Amino acid sequence: MSQNPKISIRGLTKVFYKKQHSVMALENISLDINEGEFVCFVGPSGCGKTTLLRILAGLESQSSGGFTIKKSGQQRPSQSMVFQEKGVFPWMTVAENIAFGLNMRQLPQSYVKERTNYFLVKTGLSKFADMYPKELSGGMKQRVSIARAFANDPEILLMDEPFGALDEQNRFILQEELLSIWTETKKTILFITHSIDEALYLSDRVVLMSAQPGKIVDEVEIKLPRPRKLHDIRSHPEMTVAFLQIWRHLQGEVQNARQEDERRM
Amino acid sequence: MKKIQNPVENEKKEWQKQKKQQTRKTWLTIFSPVFLLLIWQILAQLNFIDARFFPPPTAIISTFQELLISGELVHHVSISLFRIFAGFFLGVLPGVFLGLCMGLYAPIRHFLSPIVMALMPIPTLALLPIILILFGIGEVSKIVTIAGSVFFPVVINTVAGVMSIDSTYLDVAKNYGASRKDFFFQVAFPGALPVMLEGIQMGQAIALLTIVAAEMMGARSGIGYLIWSSYSAFLLKEMFVGLILISFFGYIFSLMLKMLERKLLPWR
Repeated sequence: MSQNPKISIRGLTKVFYKKQHSVMALENISLDINEGEFVCFVGPSGCGKTTLLRILAGLESQSSGGFTIKKSGQQRPSQSMVFQEKGVFPWMTVAENIAFGLNMRQLPQSYVKERTNYFLVKTGLSKFADMYPKELSGGMKQRVSIARAFANDPEILLMDEPFGALDEQNRFILQEELLSIWTETKKTILFITHSIDEALYLSDRVVLMSAQPGKIVDEVEIKLPRPRKLHDIRSHPEMTVAFLQIWRHLQGEVQNARQEDERRM
Repeated sequence: MKKIQNPVENEKKEWQKQKKQQTRKTWLTIFSPVFLLLIWQILAQLNFIDARFFPPPTAIISTFQELLISGELVHHVSISLFRIFAGFFLGVLPGVFLGLCMGLYAPIRHFLSPIVMALMPIPTLALLPIILILFGIGEVSKIVTIAGSVFFPVVINTVAGVMSIDSTYLDVAKNYGASRKDFFFQVAFPGALPVMLEGIQMGQAIALLTIVAAEMMGARSGIGYLIWSSYSAFLLKEMFVGLILISFFGYIFSLMLKMLERKLLPWR
């Protein structure tokens, strides 16, 4: 574990309790993430990835343990989240959606406008600034969601499968755009995904999780130099090794779950 | 097979055909009430229906003119409209406010919803005697009667509207640190507005039903009084003028609310 991490999670545990019956969603998660690092979380459904992110986002509270997000001293919010889908308000225009976080912090309008315009241009949404989300495609809506999070200028960004509902073409385009904004802003990003390719293409480090109880079982460093090209993750021999490592982990998890189910029956 | 030479020309013809059909539909819509009146007129003139009970539309129109010139009609209509508008707002505003409070704060909802549920099935008209005792026979009692009947659908729809807001939006608001006030005005209110407006739409229809009945029972003016007193005096042409006015205003009101809805919900 590094010297001066941006995020440090220690012994984080979450138990869901209902009618004398408890489920261990997260067990003793400890993890350090460095400033400016792009970390992907990969694991089978129900491994508690989303729960972990929601706890970091302040939307749920942990049962025990804790975490700290290092502040860089300014008035910055500690985190902003990009949601799976349906995260943009249908009753606000694209520009109003992007300005949402800034407006909630009561920042001066001139500053809000300037930052909103900057991210409208950055995400190619300038033409759509005054439109409502109903007129946008799924990919466009996620661009709004991402622009809103970056415009808010938080210490870290949390992304819960933001491209999960998009078609492949759109996903590739948005991944590339996300990397370009990330390179420019140097934000620390925690990113949940089901796609191994996505994890390899985006991240510095892939954290592998197992289900029931949700635990961190392994980490894979992605040493592919940046800027990356999408085809690198297919052609680079090291990436093939990483892909297989993650693939075997997921396979193993799925088989374990199946055996567990059979044992119960 | 279609001619291959000019595809654009073919599509243009197709488009013109569709446009013609559209105009025909519009004309059918306009023609349908005219058609009904025409049938009525003919049946009355041929004595197939009793003109004493169903006076022909032309006779109703001339009675309408007489009432308009004598100023009687303006008097009844304006007093009814005043009661409807005053009662409508007196019912809608507290309904929206209470509905939002109930939707947003679970303790308020759990405390008040049994009371709302218990009072809702009672027709406000059945409470008219009590309302008359409490507010006298003046204008206030009529306005309160309408307010009471408008209030319930608005409250219930506003609560349902708040509850129907997708939980992701609540998460976004929380994650981006929305204050209580911002949450109320930027998320809860606009999010609940579509369902809320449905309740207001319903309230408007109920207000019209209520005013006529209330004016029949305890009033000396208004469209309801015009209908009832004309009927009692066997002035059926005057009664039909009142009935047609009600139908007319009901249509105008729902048209106005539709326009308001389009203005308030540009994002739908």
